[in-house]
Amino acid sequence: MLTRAECLISVRNVSSAYGDNLALHDVSMQIDSDQLTGIVGPSGSGKTTLLRTLLGSVRPVAGTVTRSPGLAVSYVPQLETVNWNFPITVFECVLMARRQHRAWPRPTRAERADVMAVLERLGIAELSDRHIRALSGGQQQRMFVARALLRNPTLLLMDEPTSGVDVNTRHDMLHMLNELNAEGLAVVLTTHDLNGIAAHLPHLVCLNRSVIATGSPAEVITPEVLERTFGARMEVLEHLGMRVVVDEAPALPRAVG
Amino acid sequence: MQVWSTLVDPLQYAFFQKGLLVAALSGTLLGLIGVYITLRGMSYIGHGLAHAIFGGFAASQLITSGLYAFGAGIWGIASALAINAVSRKHSISADAAIGVVTTASFALGIALLTKFGARGPSFDNALFGSILGISTGQIIGLSLVMIVTLIFVIVRYRALLFATFDPEVADVSGVNVARNDAVLMVILSLAILATLTVIGVTLVAAMLVIPAVVARMWTDSFGRMLWLSAAIGAACGLSGMYLSYYVGVPSGTMIVLTGAAVFCVTLVVSGARGRRRAISWDHHTEDVVALTPVR
Repeated sequence: MLTRAECLISVRNVSSAYGDNLALHDVSMQIDSDQLTGIVGPSGSGKTTLLRTLLGSVRPVAGTVTRSPGLAVSYVPQLETVNWNFPITVFECVLMARRQHRAWPRPTRAERADVMAVLERLGIAELSDRHIRALSGGQQQRMFVARALLRNPTLLLMDEPTSGVDVNTRHDMLHMLNELNAEGLAVVLTTHDLNGIAAHLPHLVCLNRSVIATGSPAEVITPEVLERTFGARMEVLEHLGMRVVVDEAPALPRAVG
Repeated sequence: MQVWSTLVDPLQYAFFQKGLLVAALSGTLLGLIGVYITLRGMSYIGHGLAHAIFGGFAASQLITSGLYAFGAGIWGIASALAINAVSRKHSISADAAIGVVTTASFALGIALLTKFGARGPSFDNALFGSILGISTGQIIGLSLVMIVTLIFVIVRYRALLFATFDPEVADVSGVNVARNDAVLMVILSLAILATLTVIGVTLVAAMLVIPAVVARMWTDSFGRMLWLSAAIGAACGLSGMYLSYYVGVPSGTMIVLTGAAVFCVTLVVSGARGRRRAISWDHHTEDVVALTPVR
């Protein structure tokens, strides 16, 4: 028996700007509670601005963003932006997200149990005393998801979760997000990786300052939509029922032999 | 027996007792704040701020010698908030702004004191630190700053950690990063002001940085780094004070040199692992890709 998905965030005709630079123009979209959505677009297309608009840290210059009352949103940063030399263990990193605490900073037994439970849920409980640098890329991603989950969110926002990770880590992360989504967490992520990420997700929003198209990969991964999103002609193939995007022509002249 | 008398003999002098107390408190205080300052990449701000405060110190000494701490405090806090505000804007790079504002303030201080003031002991003390003439008022002031800092660090522990590690995410997770930064800057300027006469403006930045860097080489945990840094700062303060007494040089110089020695020993002992941690405090890591030759 499926429960009806409710609307978490509704974005209506939103425009955002940094100074004179228009980052988003007349964007409308809706995030539902059962959604696993990828925002796809090239660099500078306004993906991060849209994510921050959903988060509430960027105020639009026009349009409205309506959140369902009491909505809890958590944010997972790009791994590249993290200072990996910071002196912090996995446990300490996850715990910092728990804001309400007694005057004395030492974690209570209940807090300790909560952190270990969320680390257990993501399969990295045995790494809790390690320094954050001692983790693999996939484990680092899981740690930040654990930190986000400790706040019991309804919606998880991730900025470019797979830039700079290897193929196994990417698969691992996609499986993890799919599981969390099946357990009732709405997930919105940004990506420019069409084959590695976007084609695997159930729902996509193609963005280039404005929303170009919305729908399943089969609906939106088409040469027309991609050209309008990325500004380049691309060829779309099909492989095992999945869309595969390739460059239309070799970028450089081929060496013979 | 000889060690015992080396440690106990100077304690018969009241000025040394006060000096020892102030040095230990100063070391602890700067060690504690230094953790946040170094991890935020704000060491240069600390250095600049100390110089800016000297300008205030000099200017207010001309007006009234009794209220110099008050004047320097106002000047210091104003500079701290100004630097904080400037460093949040991207049009002017923060280090350039610090370079201009704080060195100008320092130069103004020296000019004022040389022209109109007494370029005597108080001038040198403010620059290099001294254990002579520490007043009870100074000890009370330093203790108050210490208490305020401890309360701030303990009560706001997680918010401060979040804002230091990950300001952007902390901001969207309900931590008021701007306010935390502002409070940290005010506390930093109060700490510099309170330790000014013992360590000296030109040397105070070293005591902000050295204990924190040494503690970082000893541990990978933030909580442990915090108390280790405070303890190292206190130990450097105490031993530097004894050395200052026996060698007969300004207290600030010996405290800093003790810290530098501890740093060098740690660097050698901890080996490659510690070195990597301490030196590469960049915010971006790059994966090293091994290229395999194609046959």
